[in-house]
Amino acid sequence: MADSKTIEKPIVEEHMGLFARIGDSFRRFLDGDIFYSFIHSPITVIAFVVTVICFVLAAFAPWLAPHNTNDIATLLLDNAELPPFWSSYTASWGEELHGRTEFLLGTDPDGRDVLSGIIFGMQVSLIVGFGSVILAMAIGITLGLISGYIGGKTDSVIMRIADIQLSFPAILVALLLFGGIKSVLPPAERQDLAIWVLILAIGVSNWVQFARTVRGSTMVEKSKEYVQAARVIGLHPILIMIRHVLPNVMGPVLVIATINLALAIITEATLSFLGVGVPPTEPSLGTLIRVGQQYLFSGFWWMTIFPALALVVLALSVNLLGDWLRDALNPKLR
Amino acid sequence: MIAFIIRRLLQSLLVMGTVAFIAFSLFNFVGDPVNNMVGQEATEAEREYIRQLLGLDQPFYIQFMRFVGNVLQGDFGQSYRLGQPVLNVLGDRVPATLELVFVAAVMALVIGVPMGVYTGLKRYAISSKLMLTISLIGVSLPTFVIGIMLILVFSVWLNWLPSFGRGQTVNVGWDSNLFSLEGWKSMIMPAITLCLFQLTLVMRLVRAEMLEVLRTDYVKFARARGLSNRAVHFGHALKNTLMPVITITGLQVGGLIAFAIITETVFQWPGMGLLFLQAIQFVDIPVMATYLLLVALVFVIINLIVDMTYYFVDPRLRTEGKGGGH
Repeated sequence: MADSKTIEKPIVEEHMGLFARIGDSFRRFLDGDIFYSFIHSPITVIAFVVTVICFVLAAFAPWLAPHNTNDIATLLLDNAELPPFWSSYTASWGEELHGRTEFLLGTDPDGRDVLSGIIFGMQVSLIVGFGSVILAMAIGITLGLISGYIGGKTDSVIMRIADIQLSFPAILVALLLFGGIKSVLPPAERQDLAIWVLILAIGVSNWVQFARTVRGSTMVEKSKEYVQAARVIGLHPILIMIRHVLPNVMGPVLVIATINLALAIITEATLSFLGVGVPPTEPSLGTLIRVGQQYLFSGFWWMTIFPALALVVLALSVNLLGDWLRDALNPKLR
Repeated sequence: MIAFIIRRLLQSLLVMGTVAFIAFSLFNFVGDPVNNMVGQEATEAEREYIRQLLGLDQPFYIQFMRFVGNVLQGDFGQSYRLGQPVLNVLGDRVPATLELVFVAAVMALVIGVPMGVYTGLKRYAISSKLMLTISLIGVSLPTFVIGIMLILVFSVWLNWLPSFGRGQTVNVGWDSNLFSLEGWKSMIMPAITLCLFQLTLVMRLVRAEMLEVLRTDYVKFARARGLSNRAVHFGHALKNTLMPVITITGLQVGGLIAFAIITETVFQWPGMGLLFLQAIQFVDIPVMATYLLLVALVFVIINLIVDMTYYFVDPRLRTEGKGGGH
């Protein structure tokens, strides 16, 4: 083992660690084709800016949101059911209610600021989105590497499972998983663990695409000289997979991860909208839309339309970024 | 040929067996079935009696066989939430969902195919580009958001259409929405919501296939023979694009049933999906397990039919012999 360590060192440096590699490719990215195609695609630039704004708002929600919607003490019924600042309507008791600039997008029946609600909701949506994508990536990459590198029986078992799962829509798989896991948990903890269960359900429902892509690329990489060289010097297969194969199959994985993020955000919103997602105490965008929908017939359209708009804008921007990334990384289209 | 069908059937049986096993595990390992059936006050003797009655003292595989036997006889157990046999609860829910899915699938085809042909033939027309852009936005819009928008516009603002439920139904062996104007009024918004995603999918697929086919030699030859555009486009090109369209739409029917859960929630449509969702919220395991089995059955049957159609329509698969159905 000591022998192989000394030989292994230069190879590791030559191929660099995963993070160094990402940093390096980022520098190359800035003066390469990809950045050129980015800056020359106005829609992509807009999508990027919108995505960054959403991420920053979500990350610093407690400081950036105009009101803290999670603090019940700040809610005043005087502020309830206000329309967006530019409009007004006649309330059921005959009073003319005007929107106030204090509450840009109006308030809900408890006097919560809709805009702040959206910002906090976006935080929950993005946490679940990122969490489930990371989980799906972890499962998918691991199984894909094993499947592609080892091949044979292992490969066909993993891919058969993937085939079967793929023939059911992801949303159905996520729903079933969510229901199944939830029913195993003791009732007292169902509320507290809901977010984790949700991340687990969405993550597991989306691993197949990662696994298939990684498997394909791994099978290509496996036959290349550098992998064979690593094998000849006696590196452990797991080490070869992680240090040598993995960095070279990350490109397509990043594309899928981006598109999957949009998908995960929509799936989370859908599940929360269906009432099986996050509990109402930690509303995500989907929960806000579901709660707001109940007031649609009272004329309070802003309670559901603005969260819906935020969801669509966020998902569309991430989707556009993913689409662009896919085209930019595809040498055939350049 | 027969070997192919038998292999396919065996595969389907395997999938159904796996799903039945998952459903069975849900039944038996999630919570204590005895506790679910008797109250907190039952004595130990009573529990033991019920345990024997349900066969829970038997070995695992015998329990599983019994579960499969019951399911095959149409006995899916009692709903914990409603206290009725699951089969009774499902009875009037299944036609509601199937009607919705049927209308949505037909709409997706009837609107999607012509739009796909149009955008495929007039590639550079502004109207085509407009349709494609709208379809891209349509794909990015979550189903439930589309539903809410429709309700806001047509129910709240214009007050033209009812926003929830099936409205008046006509009994034609089952309660149907298809035979009255009122029924259609309730049906139209859920159907549009449900079909939109499939519609864009069909349109893009037909467009891509048309572009592909129009480049082939036999289309060029047909043009060289001086056939009219119409004969070339519809007689030669379209006919050959329809095969993948039919199979993919077939596979998508399964997706429609899954997405019906969302549509049914938005419009409070009393179908299977809504029932399943309530079952998840209340951890009503017999209903969950039954839905799981039913959906798996539909998926397996559709996959089987699609594979068979492939086999019959595409002669290349037949000569390859053991090539399988993909």
